[in-house]
Amino acid sequence: MKVHVDMSICLLHGQCVIAAPEVFSFDDDGGLVWVKEIGEDLRADTEAAADACPEQAIVLEG
Amino acid sequence: MAPRVTIVGASLAGLRSAEAVRALLPDARITLIGDEPHAPYNRPPLSKDVAEQLAGADAETQQAALAKLTFKHRLPDAGLDWRLGVKATGFDADARSVRLSDGGRIAHDWLIAASGLRPRRLPFAGAEARRHVLRSFDDAARLGAQLVPGARMLVVGAGFIGCEIAATAAHLGLSVTVIEPQAAPMLAALGPDVAQAMASFHRARGIDLRCGLTVTGLSDANGVTLTLSDGSTVTGDLLVEAVGSLPNTEWLTDPALDLSNGVLTDATLTAPGNPRLLAVGDLARFPNPLFGPAPRRVEHWCVPGQTAKRAAETIAARAAGHDPAPTFAPMPSFWSDQHGMRLQSFGAPALADAIRIAEGRLDRLGQEPCLVEYLQGGRLIGLLGLGLSPAHLTRHRPRLDAALNETVAA
Ligand SMILES: Cc1cc2nc3c(=O)[nH]c(=O)nc-3n(C[C@H](O)[C@H](O)[C@H](O)COP(=O)(O)OP(=O)(O)OC[C@H]3O[C@@H](n4cnc5c(N)ncnc54)[C@H](O)[C@@H]3O)c2cc1C
Ligand code: SF4
Repeated sequence: MKVHVDMSICLLHGQCVIAAPEVFSFDDDGGLVWVKEIGEDLRADTEAAADACPEQAIVLEG
Repeated sequence: MAPRVTIVGASLAGLRSAEAVRALLPDARITLIGDEPHAPYNRPPLSKDVAEQLAGADAETQQAALAKLTFKHRLPDAGLDWRLGVKATGFDADARSVRLSDGGRIAHDWLIAASGLRPRRLPFAGAEARRHVLRSFDDAARLGAQLVPGARMLVVGAGFIGCEIAATAAHLGLSVTVIEPQAAPMLAALGPDVAQAMASFHRARGIDLRCGLTVTGLSDANGVTLTLSDGSTVTGDLLVEAVGSLPNTEWLTDPALDLSNGVLTDATLTAPGNPRLLAVGDLARFPNPLFGPAPRRVEHWCVPGQTAKRAAETIAARAAGHDPAPTFAPMPSFWSDQHGMRLQSFGAPALADAIRIAEGRLDRLGQEPCLVEYLQGGRLIGLLGLGLSPAHLTRHRPRLDAALNETVAA
């Protein structure tokens, strides 16, 4: 599955980092970084992260 | 037989419930009933950036704003019956059916109440064309037409929604007066010290914030004029009533239910008095063992998602003939944006009896980041970041998780 975050909408709530820490994290400067392509084992967590994003900035494909 | 699940309320909690039921019970026949004409959309931006976009907006801009707010979802059409623009008007517990405003009646095996809240109003008539509330997209669109630079806006109620729309309007160039009955804004949620600091923060940014005053009268003189409890009057071109909300429980016509403040449920989100009825989202009053036995209703955006998942798990377990997992202990969180400053919280600051300023200073809000720890009986029970980077706040979360989980274990 492909993971995309629309950084024009993301307001850095960090809810995705809590829901799926293996996929989303903050870098040392506080910016959001994420794994662009994930396996089936992380699908449920990543979907939970997309649901938990208050700005609905996370787009999943596949 | 495939279970029939009816969901009343097609907003965040209703949508997430449909998704969660579908994920656990793929054959379930789901009916989603919502009295708004719109597909489920996101409310928080209505007092923040979208309020700004809707100021003086034409029909096309309004449609674009609504399209952007509409939730993307993963629900297939098969097995899902959307009833938008239809209101549930009653409920027959014995026949297990819901009555609809279009005369229809829908039978269910399980019923999920997700009908949320509506704004409370000031108890006065008059100046209707200038008076606003803020809950739905249509409310926001109507308000937007009157958000004109230079206009005088009155806000009654300095809770989160009142403070946010006041800040947004000031940013748009309106002159804003806020009337709050309590001693400081957002007092119950933030506690006295932080609430006082937020009062100064708003005043320093041009809001005329008047605390400790109630509205005793309203007239349409020169626009809309309020009489206040100290005998003074204040006049505006428009008025936003942000005086709290009332649970939408009128359709739950069943005397066996406790509807004294939303729908009371147990830890499985089932209503005592009706084993086929569950409640989710802003409407549900449920116990959370992280914060003791008393059931509470929590009006935060995170709650619909958490409760929807739990309700679906309860239904799936019972449909399969066993008991749902006993513990439901979701971590609450909320955020707010005011004058460009983000407030973000985890835990339950509202239940604290003391605070500790872990970083920054309350008298420098908006100029430097501030981290507040909320304590109850000396134990950490909530965190609040004011202008603090989310990355930074997230690093403190494990401490809060550990402190709260000690109580669940104890
Ligand atoms: C302006 C605004 C700003 C907010 N900002 C924040 C924020 O910054 N942070 C935060 O954490 N939370 C915020 N919230 C709170 C958050 O939006 C709510 O917690 C969330 O919307 C609750 O979702 P819900 O689905 O439980 O209820 P609701 O969103 O209230 O949805 C209930 C739905 O049910 C419908 N309904 C009611 N009665 C019936 C009936 N009889 N038949 C059919 N349908 C019915 C209603 O019309 C509505 O569509 C904000 C809320 C508002 C209004
Ligand atoms: S939850 Fe959404 S808004 Fe927040 S950091 Fe993640 S993608 Fe951005």
